[in-house]
Parts: sequence; C-alpha cells; structure tokens
Amino acid sequence: MDNAISIEGLHKSFGATKALDDLDLQVKTGEVHGFLGPNGSGKSTTIRVLLGLLRADRGTVRLLGGDPWRDAASLHHRLAYVPGDVNLWPNLSGGEVIDLLGRLRGGLDKQRRDQLIERFDLDPKKKGRTYSKGNRQKVAIVAALSSDVELLILDEPTSGLDPLMEATFQYAIQEEREKGRTVLLSSHILAEVEALCDRVSIIRNGRTVETGTLSELRHLTRTSIVAELAGHPNGLSSLSEVHDLKVDGNRVRFDVETHSLDEVLRKLTEVGVRSLTSQPPTLEELFLRHYTAEASAR
Amino acid sequence: MSALAGTRHLVRLALRRDRVALPIWVLVIGLLPASTAGAYAQLYPDAASRASLTAGMRTNPSITLLYGPPFDLSTAGGFTAWRFGVFGPVFLALACIFTVTRHTRQEEDTGRQELLSSTVTGRYAALTAALITTGLGAVGTGLLVALGLTGAGLPAAGSVAFGLGTALTGLVFAAVAAVAAQLAEYSRTANGIAAAMLGIAFALRAVGDSATDISWLSWLSPLGWSTQIRPFAGDRWAVALLLLAAALAVGWGAYLLLPRRDVGMGIFPSRPGPPVAAPGLRSPFALAWRMHRGVLIGWIVGFAVFGAMFGSLAAGIGDIVGDSAQAQQMFERLGGAQNLVDTFLAAIASIFGMVAAMYAVQATLRMRSEETALRLEPLLATRVRRLQWAASHLVFSLLGTALLLLVAGLFAGLLHGLRVGDVSGQVPAVIGATLAQVPAVWVVVGISVVVFGFAPKFATLAWAVAAVFLLLSLFGPVVRVPQVVLDISPFTHVPKLPSAEFAVTPFAWLLGVAVVTLGAGLARFQRRDIG
Repeated sequence: MDNAISIEGLHKSFGATKALDDLDLQVKTGEVHGFLGPNGSGKSTTIRVLLGLLRADRGTVRLLGGDPWRDAASLHHRLAYVPGDVNLWPNLSGGEVIDLLGRLRGGLDKQRRDQLIERFDLDPKKKGRTYSKGNRQKVAIVAALSSDVELLILDEPTSGLDPLMEATFQYAIQEEREKGRTVLLSSHILAEVEALCDRVSIIRNGRTVETGTLSELRHLTRTSIVAELAGHPNGLSSLSEVHDLKVDGNRVRFDVETHSLDEVLRKLTEVGVRSLTSQPPTLEELFLRHYTAEASAR
Repeated sequence: MSALAGTRHLVRLALRRDRVALPIWVLVIGLLPASTAGAYAQLYPDAASRASLTAGMRTNPSITLLYGPPFDLSTAGGFTAWRFGVFGPVFLALACIFTVTRHTRQEEDTGRQELLSSTVTGRYAALTAALITTGLGAVGTGLLVALGLTGAGLPAAGSVAFGLGTALTGLVFAAVAAVAAQLAEYSRTANGIAAAMLGIAFALRAVGDSATDISWLSWLSPLGWSTQIRPFAGDRWAVALLLLAAALAVGWGAYLLLPRRDVGMGIFPSRPGPPVAAPGLRSPFALAWRMHRGVLIGWIVGFAVFGAMFGSLAAGIGDIVGDSAQAQQMFERLGGAQNLVDTFLAAIASIFGMVAAMYAVQATLRMRSEETALRLEPLLATRVRRLQWAASHLVFSLLGTALLLLVAGLFAGLLHGLRVGDVSGQVPAVIGATLAQVPAVWVVVGISVVVFGFAPKFATLAWAVAAVFLLLSLFGPVVRVPQVVLDISPFTHVPKLPSAEFAVTPFAWLLGVAVVTLGAGLARFQRRDIG
C-alpha cells in the first residue's frame, strides 16, 4: 500500500456553503505531510471527513486502505487524532483523559505516556477547565503520541504551545517519523512545517492549489537577487521573468522566477559581476503568495 | 470604570439571545391562569356546587399538598388563584433559574464571558444584566397574569395580587440562581443547586399546607408566601413584602460572593484529580457514568424524599374525607375511580412519571451538549462506534428513569404501607403504579432522540415537548381541553394503577412508539454529520 491517505475530487457542502470543492490529497505511507491553507479553507472539514465524522458529498476517500465512513471504527484502531479545539471533560483529570482515550483507541504505551508527560511538563492531576489552552492541547498530544498507531492526524496541534513546547513537539514528531509512522500535520507555523514535513499540500477555498516537496514548491517561486555590476545593466527589464527591477547606477535589485535563474545570470555575467547576493524564497513568501491570491480573489 | 459599565449592552445581548425562549415562557405562564378563569363558570355554575367544592377541597390534604390551600373557591378568582397558586410560581421560578444560569455561569463555562469581560464591562455587569433580563421576564409574566385575569372579568385587586405574587416568587428564585452561579463551577451544577432549593421550598409548603399541626412550615417557603398573599380571598399585600425582601437579600448575597472568586471558577476551588485513570475507565459507558452519576444521584434523592412525603400523606386522605361526597366528586373529575387513596396514589404516580420525563430529556440531551462542546469528536476518532456511544447515554435516559420511578414507588409504598400496616401489600402496588409510567417516559426519550437525530440544532425542542405533556396532564382536564388533544400526551394513556384495571394494550402501544422513535432517531444519527 503506497498511500496512507488518498482523496480525489472531494466535495462537501453545508447548506449553501461549499466547504470542499474538488479537493485532492495524497499522503504517502511513512511521510510527514504538511497540510496548509488560510483559515476557513477547509482543512478541518477534510480531516473530519477522513475521520468519518462528516459524510462526503462526492469524490473518493481512502484511508489506510479503507473507507473512512463505512469502516470508521476499525480504521480508528490504527490512527490517533489531535483536534484543533481541545475540550476536556470538566470532572476528569488530564491523566484520566489520556488513559481513557488511549484505551478506547486500543491500548497505550504506559512508559511512553509517562515520558511524554514529563517532557511536555504536564500536570496530569488537574481537571478539565483548569487547564490553559496550551495544556489542553498537550493532553491531546500526549494521548495521541502514546498510542501505538500507524497514522497520526494532527489539526493545528501546536497553536497554543510556547516555543519550548513547540520544540518538544517537533522532537516527538521526528521520533514518530523514525518509527515509520505517517503524519498528516495541519499547521500555520511555517518553521514547524519546514522542519518536519517531507511534502506539503496547500489548499484554498476547498481546493488543492499546490502539492509537492518543499524544494519543488520553492522552484515555483521567485528568488531575490542584489548585484553590483561592472557596467550599466542592459536588457534586464525586457525579460518577462524579472520582477520589481530597481536600478541604482551599477547596482540592481530584482526578483526572478526561480526556473529562469540561468538565463538571467548569463545576462548579468555579460556585463560583469562585482558582487552578488541571492536569497531563496522563504516559506513565508511561498505561502503569502498563495494566501493573498485568495484574498484578492475574493 | 464603573462596576456596572456595559450592563445595557449585555442586557440587549441577552434579550437578543433569548428572543424566542423568553417570550414563549412569559406568554405560556402568563396566560395559563386566565384560561382557567373562564372555565370556572361552566364547571361550577351555581352557588351550591361552589359551596360543596370549597367544603370538599379545604379538608382534603392531598389536594392542598399539590395545589396549596384553597382559601375561597366560591369565586372564579379564588378558584384560579388556588389552582395556579403553586404551579404558576413554580414554572416561573424554573424559567427564571434557567435564564439566570444561562447568562451567568454558562457564559463562564463556555469561555464567552472572558471575551466579554475583556471589553469595557464592569465586574458586576454580567450578573446585573442576567438579573435584569430575567426580571423583565418575571415582571412581564406577572403583568400578563394580572391583565389576563382582569380581562377575564375578575376583580382588579385580586388579579394584581396574584400577578405580583407570581412575579416576586420568580424574582426570589432568580436571586437563588444568581447565588448558585457563584458557588458552582459548572452551569449544570448551578441549575441543580437552584432547582434543589425550589424542590425544598415546594416540599416545605406541601407538608405545611397538608398537615394541620405543622402548618408553620409553609411560612418557611417562598412558595408558601405566594399562596398566603391569598389573591381574591383577602389580598394580603403585606405578605408580598416577605417575597420582595427575600429576593433583595438573596440577590445581595450573590453580589457579595461575586468579587470573592475568579472569572470561570467557583467559590470552592477545584480539587486535583488522580494522575492516572482507574482501571475501569475504559469504555464509553464508564465515561458516561462519570458524567451522569452526580445528576442521577441528586434526582434519586429527590424522588426518594418526595416519594416518602407523598406516601406518608396518602392514608390521611381516606381518614379525613373518606365519606365526603364532594371530595369524591372532585376526585372522580380528576382521576375517575372509586377508591380515594388509590386515586391519590395514581395521581402521584402520574406526576412522578412526568417529572421523570424531565430527567429523561436532560439525560438524552446530554448527547447534544457533548457534541456541541466538541467532546464527541475525539471519542469518535477512536474505536468507539456512534451507536455504542449513544447507548452509553441512553442507558441513563431509559434505565435511569425506571430507577427513579422504582425509588419513588418504593418509598411511597413503604411509608404508606407502614401507616396502614400493610407494607407487603402496598409496596408492590405502589411500585407497580409508578413503574407503569415507564413506557410513557420512554416515549419522551424516543421523541428526544428523534429531535437529536434529525434536527440537532433544535435539540431543546425536546424540553418543549415534555413541558406540553406536563401542562396537558396538570391543567388539561380542569380547563376541559378536548380528549383528542389530551391524547397527544403519552401519560394520558397510562392506566391509573393501582385503582384501575391493568391493561396490556396501552403499554404495548407506548412501548411500540418508544421503540420506533428511538430506532428512527438513532438510525438518522448514525448517518448524519457530527458537529
């Protein structure tokens, strides 16, 4: 089995609102897959369909080789889930919730549980609402990570964690990856995605707009160049791949489509290069391009 | 910043959120008394029938136990004030309790209060806004009672006195709920505390009104005060001051407690729990038990206490009015059977059934509140199946109600049996009468599950259904609602055990309806979206 998750042409509407509109998502077995998109783009809806909580209107959805709606209970034996909004039972302590969820999932690794509680610096004796948002998330994370499962579905699991705990979380996910587990990680924290994810999918308005490895995605975007030339630059402005060109004497500053770097550099060396700094696109730029495209499309 | 800053906006927010529920309870409770006033002339057309009614009711402790003492049944006003003198204020008190909790503790429960507190709102703004909103409802209800009765041609003074007593009792329990909201950490507990206080007030008044030697007990209860205003039978305005004073004093208490705690917390700090789960906490049922047990135990205690109380009073009915023709007549109108004591027990069993239906709705709708609180989602992401999860809660709706009725029957039968020296005979007979209500209660469970399955967003409609059944049974016969309408309520179809003949057919029908509705609701829940 190649893909842990395979979604093709998924549609889901709530009344008149189209939440998912022809969404595709392929998560290979054993990879950590980043699932990105602006707020309200349909990430949580997709995850809820994967968990069999929502029924797909149209499209095919395969989860660990099964149908998430029909085979929900047997598939859930093999996965663990951290919801984006963690709400705990008011009269249960955090430790009790971790144990209960683990047992309902089919057993948990006691040693791993205690280790994670210590690493995440969690007080398991507190009850329901006395936990802060971040601590409620830790409860759900510990419950999920101490289960022996093939697939982890994490819906913005670290949105309330402090930077120290964020690092602990990243370390724990690396461990899971080494154990060969598949992870679907919905996240807004780009450093986290960059550090953890093998491949990412970006969705917008319920539709997949980009999918691939980070370097593949980088390739689709622009590199910033600042260069000091031997003479006056000629013909740069005529290239369609060059954007935001600023010329100040012999100094040039511009952005260039990454796939035409070769051609542009040839132009520069014709003139003669004294100094050159090239900055690869940051993830922020990558995502902002997709996110703002949506804002302007609205 | 003033401690009350922003109250006006919060009142408007509360009124907007309650724009459907609040007008409904104001209209229903406000207009019920007037609907009876008109029927009086038809039921008791001449002076002779009125005199015999008065004589019969006044000496009948089982009637005064439920409805309060009849002070003057010779006028339409006196009759109406007696018939609704207890239940009118009780229903209004319940509505006030739920409204206050909804806008105070529940707001803190859900975390919305934090958002509001961060804006320009004073420390006391939320509590004050909740009390003003509820107060508007209570006063509106009282006004409607007074206007309705005056409109029906009753004396203005008595109408106002009755409306005033009703409204003030509502305010007293609004204040009680405000205190409970400070003490309890969760809205469910706050409602429980306030409702228990209402139950105690009812019990004190019931015992005081039905027993001649300890009638002072009624004066310990706000529900006793509202009847002692005696509308249309002397209009003792001074008693209303007691209610007003109580409302102000208890309300003041809430304001004293509020600054002594943190937002979101109760006045008692939350105790830490065990760091690991007990071995038994490994199934949806074990989790449901943790959620339901406190509430269920509270209800069991209530049913035991009221069962014992009613049971110990049952025998007295035969002693006092055993040969009173008027009382016989009245009872026949109420239940229609020959044996007075048995009819009384049957009436009590029916009341227990309808109150158990309230627990049934509460326990069943717990499923919806788990769903909206996003606590269902992580459970369904484990191996737990939807039906398995629903069953873990429905155990409480179905078996919990049966248990409540068993407890009520056991205590009523035991106390009654002890008094008449026939424990072995009375215990099974009375248990039989209360358990006979079970199929009707299960119909209410079935209807609640249908609402939960098909229209989860309108789950609270289940409360309205249970309330309509209760109103039909309590007031339907006396205002001569057509039989077709009375037949809507499953409780109409329950044989009036122990006096009536046992019949299989009605039970079979009720069970059939319960099974079909349960099945339909669950089948739909199995297939619908969660959330």
